[in-house]
Amino acid sequence: MTVGVVTFPGSNCDLDTISALTDLGVESRLLWYRDTDIRGISHIILPGGFSYGDYLRSGALAAHAPIMDSIVEKVSQHDLPVLGICNGFQILCERGMLPGVLRANPHGEFRSSMQAVRVVDPSPVFPGLSPGQTFRFPIAHHEGSYSVMPGELQKLFENHQVFLQYSDEDGNIHAMANPNGSVANIAGVSQGSVVGLMPHPERAMHAYLGSEDGRAFLAAFLGKEGESNAS
Amino acid sequence: MKIAVEILLKTEVLDPAGQAAAHVLSQMNFPVESVRIGKHIVIDVNAESEAEAIKMGEEMAQRLLANPVMETFFVAVVES
Repeated sequence: MTVGVVTFPGSNCDLDTISALTDLGVESRLLWYRDTDIRGISHIILPGGFSYGDYLRSGALAAHAPIMDSIVEKVSQHDLPVLGICNGFQILCERGMLPGVLRANPHGEFRSSMQAVRVVDPSPVFPGLSPGQTFRFPIAHHEGSYSVMPGELQKLFENHQVFLQYSDEDGNIHAMANPNGSVANIAGVSQGSVVGLMPHPERAMHAYLGSEDGRAFLAAFLGKEGESNAS
Repeated sequence: MKIAVEILLKTEVLDPAGQAAAHVLSQMNFPVESVRIGKHIVIDVNAESEAEAIKMGEEMAQRLLANPVMETFFVAVVES
Protein backbone atom coordinates (compact mmCIF):
# COMPACT_ATOMS: atom_id res chain seq x y z
CA MET A 1 0.00 0.00 0.00
CA THR A 2 1.33 3.42 -0.97
CA VAL A 3 -0.77 6.51 -0.36
CA GLY A 4 -0.18 9.43 -2.71
CA VAL A 5 -0.71 12.91 -1.25
CA VAL A 6 -0.98 15.55 -3.96
CA THR A 7 0.75 18.90 -3.57
CA PHE A 8 -0.88 21.66 -5.63
CA PRO A 9 0.55 25.18 -5.67
CA GLY A 10 -0.92 26.55 -2.43
CA SER A 11 -1.60 23.24 -0.66
CA ASN A 12 -0.55 23.57 2.97
CA CYS A 13 -1.78 20.40 4.68
CA ASP A 14 0.18 17.99 2.48
CA LEU A 15 2.99 17.50 4.99
CA ASP A 16 0.54 17.21 7.92
CA THR A 17 -1.16 14.44 5.98
CA ILE A 18 2.12 12.62 5.29
CA SER A 19 2.98 12.95 8.98
CA ALA A 20 -0.41 11.49 9.98
CA LEU A 21 0.03 8.56 7.60
CA THR A 22 3.55 7.94 8.91
CA ASP A 23 2.11 7.88 12.45
CA LEU A 24 -0.23 5.12 11.28
CA GLY A 25 2.71 3.17 9.88
CA VAL A 26 1.54 3.64 6.31
CA GLU A 27 3.87 4.20 3.40
CA SER A 28 3.09 7.46 1.63
CA ARG A 29 4.66 9.91 -0.75
CA LEU A 30 4.04 13.38 -2.11
CA LEU A 31 2.85 13.68 -5.69
CA TRP A 32 3.39 16.91 -7.63
CA TYR A 33 0.33 18.37 -9.37
CA ARG A 34 2.09 18.23 -12.74
CA ASP A 35 2.78 14.50 -12.35
CA THR A 36 0.68 12.22 -14.51
CA ASP A 37 2.23 8.89 -13.53
CA ILE A 38 0.41 7.49 -10.50
CA ARG A 39 1.32 3.84 -11.02
CA GLY A 40 1.86 1.96 -7.77
CA ILE A 41 -0.37 4.34 -5.81
CA SER A 42 -3.10 2.50 -3.91
CA HIS A 43 -4.92 5.50 -2.37
CA ILE A 44 -4.98 9.22 -3.14
CA ILE A 45 -5.45 12.02 -0.64
CA LEU A 46 -6.06 15.58 -1.86
CA PRO A 47 -4.99 17.68 1.13
CA GLY A 48 -6.24 20.98 2.51
CA GLY A 49 -4.88 24.41 1.74
CA PHE A 50 -5.50 27.18 -0.74
CA SER A 51 -4.61 25.73 -4.12
CA TYR A 52 -3.95 28.46 -6.70
CA GLY A 53 -4.70 31.02 -3.98
CA ASP A 54 -8.43 30.18 -4.23
CA TYR A 55 -8.43 32.19 -7.48
CA LEU A 56 -11.64 32.07 -9.53
CA ARG A 57 -13.35 29.70 -7.05
CA SER A 58 -11.82 27.50 -4.33
CA GLY A 59 -10.48 24.36 -6.02
CA ALA A 60 -11.60 25.37 -9.54
CA LEU A 61 -8.13 25.67 -11.06
CA ALA A 62 -6.56 22.71 -9.26
CA ALA A 63 -9.48 20.57 -10.50
CA HIS A 64 -7.90 20.68 -13.97
CA ALA A 65 -4.28 20.13 -12.99
CA PRO A 66 -2.56 17.37 -15.02
CA ILE A 67 -2.56 14.87 -12.14
CA MET A 68 -6.34 15.15 -11.85
CA ASP A 69 -6.77 13.65 -15.34
CA SER A 70 -4.77 10.59 -14.23
CA ILE A 71 -6.79 10.31 -11.03
CA VAL A 72 -10.13 10.57 -12.88
CA GLU A 73 -9.00 7.83 -15.25
CA LYS A 74 -7.89 5.50 -12.48
CA VAL A 75 -11.09 6.11 -10.52
CA SER A 76 -13.24 5.17 -13.48
CA GLN A 77 -11.16 2.16 -14.48
CA HIS A 78 -9.96 0.75 -11.16
CA ASP A 79 -12.10 2.39 -8.43
CA LEU A 80 -9.02 4.10 -6.99
CA PRO A 81 -9.93 5.27 -3.46
CA VAL A 82 -9.68 9.08 -3.30
CA LEU A 83 -10.13 11.18 -0.15
CA GLY A 84 -10.42 14.96 -0.40
CA ILE A 85 -9.94 16.96 2.78
CA CYS A 86 -11.14 20.60 2.94
CA ASN A 87 -9.61 22.19 -0.19
CA GLY A 88 -9.31 18.63 -1.55
CA PHE A 89 -13.09 18.29 -1.12
CA GLN A 90 -13.59 21.58 -2.99
CA ILE A 91 -11.33 20.33 -5.81
CA LEU A 92 -13.31 17.07 -6.15
CA CYS A 93 -16.62 18.97 -6.31
CA GLU A 94 -15.23 21.42 -8.89
CA ARG A 95 -14.01 18.51 -11.01
CA GLY A 96 -17.47 16.91 -10.83
CA MET A 97 -16.11 13.81 -9.08
CA LEU A 98 -18.43 14.58 -6.15
CA PRO A 99 -21.90 16.13 -6.27
CA GLY A 100 -22.63 19.67 -5.06
CA VAL A 101 -20.55 22.77 -4.38
CA LEU A 102 -18.90 24.45 -1.39
CA ARG A 103 -19.88 28.10 -1.04
CA ALA A 104 -18.73 30.88 1.26
CA ASN A 105 -20.05 30.44 4.80
CA PRO A 106 -23.25 32.52 4.89
CA HIS A 107 -22.27 34.12 8.23
CA GLY A 108 -19.18 35.49 6.53
CA GLU A 109 -16.73 34.07 9.06
CA PHE A 110 -13.67 31.94 8.57
CA ARG A 111 -14.61 29.20 11.05
CA SER A 112 -11.73 27.54 12.91
CA SER A 113 -12.86 25.26 15.74
CA MET A 114 -13.24 21.69 16.95
CA GLN A 115 -16.35 20.11 15.47
CA ALA A 116 -18.20 16.83 15.95
CA VAL A 117 -19.37 14.89 12.90
CA ARG A 118 -21.55 11.79 12.61
CA VAL A 119 -21.32 9.05 9.98
CA VAL A 120 -24.49 8.80 7.90
CA ASP A 121 -23.64 6.32 5.15
CA PRO A 122 -20.13 4.89 5.24
CA SER A 123 -18.77 4.90 1.72
CA PRO A 124 -17.46 1.64 0.24
CA VAL A 125 -13.92 3.00 0.74
CA PHE A 126 -14.53 3.36 4.49
CA PRO A 127 -15.54 -0.22 5.25
CA GLY A 128 -14.63 0.07 8.95
CA LEU A 129 -17.09 2.85 9.78
CA SER A 130 -20.65 2.34 10.94
CA PRO A 131 -23.65 4.69 10.72
CA GLY A 132 -24.05 6.84 13.81
CA GLN A 133 -20.35 6.73 14.74
CA THR A 134 -19.07 10.17 15.78
CA PHE A 135 -15.69 11.88 15.49
CA ARG A 136 -14.24 15.17 16.70
CA PHE A 137 -12.15 16.95 14.07
CA PRO A 138 -10.85 20.49 13.63
CA ILE A 139 -12.50 22.58 10.92
CA ALA A 140 -10.84 25.62 9.34
CA HIS A 141 -12.53 27.15 6.31
CA HIS A 142 -14.35 30.10 4.81
CA GLU A 143 -15.85 28.33 1.79
CA GLY A 144 -17.32 25.24 3.45
CA SER A 145 -21.06 25.68 3.11
CA TYR A 146 -22.16 22.58 1.22
CA SER A 147 -24.97 23.20 -1.28
CA VAL A 148 -26.80 21.27 -3.98
CA MET A 149 -29.30 22.45 -6.58
CA PRO A 150 -32.97 22.40 -5.49
CA GLY A 151 -34.44 18.90 -5.64
CA GLU A 152 -31.11 17.09 -5.42
CA LEU A 153 -30.83 16.77 -1.65
CA GLN A 154 -33.27 13.89 -1.30
CA LYS A 155 -31.53 12.05 -4.11
CA LEU A 156 -28.21 12.32 -2.25
CA PHE A 157 -29.70 10.66 0.84
CA GLU A 158 -31.54 8.03 -1.23
CA ASN A 159 -28.33 7.15 -3.08
CA HIS A 160 -26.44 6.81 0.25
CA GLN A 161 -24.02 9.55 -0.81
CA VAL A 162 -24.26 11.58 2.40
CA PHE A 163 -21.15 10.48 4.24
CA LEU A 164 -20.87 12.80 7.25
CA GLN A 165 -23.10 15.35 8.99
CA TYR A 166 -22.07 18.05 11.49
CA SER A 167 -23.48 17.14 14.89
CA ASP A 168 -23.20 18.17 18.52
CA GLU A 169 -20.91 16.23 20.84
CA ASP A 170 -23.69 13.71 21.50
CA GLY A 171 -24.22 13.03 17.81
CA ASN A 172 -27.47 15.00 17.49
CA ILE A 173 -28.05 16.78 14.18
CA HIS A 174 -29.55 20.27 14.50
CA ALA A 175 -29.04 23.82 13.29
CA MET A 176 -26.95 24.85 16.30
CA ALA A 177 -24.44 22.10 15.47
CA ASN A 178 -24.01 23.42 11.93
CA PRO A 179 -20.87 25.59 11.74
CA ASN A 180 -21.23 26.87 8.19
CA GLY A 181 -24.81 26.73 6.91
CA SER A 182 -24.28 23.51 4.95
CA VAL A 183 -27.56 22.06 3.69
CA ALA A 184 -28.78 19.28 6.01
CA ASN A 185 -25.59 19.74 8.11
CA ILE A 186 -23.65 17.86 5.40
CA ALA A 187 -19.91 17.71 6.18
CA GLY A 188 -18.90 15.07 3.63
CA VAL A 189 -20.24 13.19 0.62
CA SER A 190 -19.16 10.23 -1.47
CA GLN A 191 -19.50 8.99 -5.02
CA GLY A 192 -18.20 5.52 -5.82
CA SER A 193 -14.63 5.31 -4.56
CA VAL A 194 -14.37 9.10 -4.09
CA VAL A 195 -15.01 10.78 -0.73
CA GLY A 196 -14.70 14.38 0.44
CA LEU A 197 -15.10 16.13 3.76
CA MET A 198 -14.45 19.64 5.09
CA PRO A 199 -13.05 18.72 8.55
CA HIS A 200 -9.37 17.82 9.02
CA PRO A 201 -8.85 14.27 10.38
CA GLU A 202 -5.08 14.62 9.79
CA ARG A 203 -5.00 17.38 12.43
CA ALA A 204 -6.63 15.06 15.02
CA MET A 205 -3.89 12.51 15.52
CA HIS A 206 -2.89 13.15 19.14
CA ALA A 207 -4.81 13.79 22.37
CA TYR A 208 -2.63 16.85 22.98
CA LEU A 209 -4.05 18.37 19.80
CA GLY A 210 -7.56 18.08 21.22
CA SER A 211 -8.55 14.87 19.48
CA GLU A 212 -7.02 11.68 18.19
CA ASP A 213 -10.14 10.59 16.33
CA GLY A 214 -8.29 11.06 13.04
CA ARG A 215 -6.42 7.83 13.68
CA ALA A 216 -9.47 5.56 13.53
CA PHE A 217 -10.89 7.59 10.65
CA LEU A 218 -7.82 7.47 8.41
CA ALA A 219 -7.19 3.84 9.39
CA ALA A 220 -10.70 3.02 8.16
CA PHE A 221 -9.96 4.70 4.81
CA LEU A 222 -6.82 2.56 4.52
CA GLY A 223 -8.57 -0.63 5.65
CA LYS A 224 -6.43 -0.82 8.81
CA GLU A 225 -9.12 -0.69 11.52
CA GLY A 226 -7.19 -3.01 13.83
CA GLU A 227 -4.33 -0.54 14.12
CA SER A 228 -6.43 2.52 14.74
CA ASN A 229 -5.60 2.67 18.45
CA ALA A 230 -1.89 2.11 18.12
CA SER A 231 -0.11 5.30 19.12
CA MET B 1 -34.68 49.44 -12.59
CA LYS B 2 -31.66 47.18 -12.73
CA ILE B 3 -28.17 48.37 -13.53
CA ALA B 4 -25.03 46.32 -13.94
CA VAL B 5 -21.62 47.54 -12.84
CA GLU B 6 -18.72 45.76 -14.52
CA ILE B 7 -15.37 46.15 -12.81
CA LEU B 8 -11.99 45.16 -14.24
CA LEU B 9 -8.43 45.70 -13.13
CA LYS B 10 -6.68 48.35 -15.22
CA THR B 11 -4.69 46.76 -18.02
CA GLU B 12 -1.38 47.82 -16.46
CA VAL B 13 -2.27 46.19 -13.12
CA LEU B 14 -1.10 42.60 -12.61
CA ASP B 15 -4.00 40.13 -12.32
CA PRO B 16 -2.59 36.96 -10.69
CA ALA B 17 -6.00 35.25 -10.67
CA GLY B 18 -6.41 35.94 -14.39
CA GLN B 19 -2.89 34.68 -15.08
CA ALA B 20 -3.53 31.47 -13.13
CA ALA B 21 -6.82 30.90 -14.98
CA ALA B 22 -5.10 31.57 -18.35
CA HIS B 23 -2.37 29.08 -17.47
CA VAL B 24 -4.87 26.33 -16.61
CA LEU B 25 -6.98 27.05 -19.72
CA SER B 26 -3.81 26.64 -21.83
CA GLN B 27 -3.13 23.33 -20.07
CA MET B 28 -6.66 22.32 -21.09
CA ASN B 29 -5.61 23.04 -24.71
CA PHE B 30 -7.58 26.26 -25.24
CA PRO B 31 -5.63 28.75 -27.39
CA VAL B 32 -5.71 31.44 -24.71
CA GLU B 33 -3.61 34.64 -24.88
CA SER B 34 -4.71 36.22 -21.63
CA VAL B 35 -7.49 36.31 -19.05
CA ARG B 36 -8.65 39.23 -16.92
CA ILE B 37 -11.02 38.46 -14.06
CA GLY B 38 -13.40 41.16 -12.86
CA LYS B 39 -16.71 41.59 -11.11
CA HIS B 40 -20.21 41.93 -12.49
CA ILE B 41 -22.57 43.52 -9.98
CA VAL B 42 -26.32 43.83 -10.66
CA ILE B 43 -28.15 46.45 -8.60
CA ASP B 44 -31.89 47.09 -8.32
CA VAL B 45 -32.27 50.86 -7.90
CA ASN B 46 -35.13 53.32 -7.64
CA ALA B 47 -34.50 55.88 -10.38
CA GLU B 48 -36.66 58.24 -12.46
CA SER B 49 -34.68 57.71 -15.66
CA GLU B 50 -31.97 55.52 -17.12
CA ALA B 51 -29.59 58.45 -17.08
CA GLU B 52 -30.17 58.94 -13.36
CA ALA B 53 -29.67 55.20 -12.70
CA ILE B 54 -26.38 55.19 -14.57
CA LYS B 55 -25.22 58.28 -12.72
CA MET B 56 -26.00 56.57 -9.42
CA GLY B 57 -24.20 53.41 -10.53
CA GLU B 58 -21.13 55.41 -11.44
CA GLU B 59 -21.13 57.11 -8.05
CA MET B 60 -21.51 53.72 -6.32
CA ALA B 61 -18.59 52.36 -8.30
CA GLN B 62 -16.48 55.45 -7.65
CA ARG B 63 -17.13 55.55 -3.90
CA LEU B 64 -17.44 51.85 -2.97
CA LEU B 65 -17.70 49.11 -5.57
CA ALA B 66 -14.48 49.79 -7.46
CA ASN B 67 -11.09 51.03 -6.36
CA PRO B 68 -10.30 53.81 -8.86
CA VAL B 69 -6.59 53.46 -8.13
CA MET B 70 -6.38 50.06 -9.81
CA GLU B 71 -9.76 49.35 -11.39
CA THR B 72 -11.94 50.66 -14.20
CA PHE B 73 -15.69 50.28 -14.30
CA PHE B 74 -18.57 50.41 -16.75
CA VAL B 75 -22.25 50.90 -15.84
CA ALA B 76 -25.21 49.84 -18.01
CA VAL B 77 -28.97 49.52 -17.56
CA VAL B 78 -29.90 45.85 -17.83
CA GLU B 79 -33.63 46.03 -16.99
CA SER B 80 -35.87 49.11 -17.26
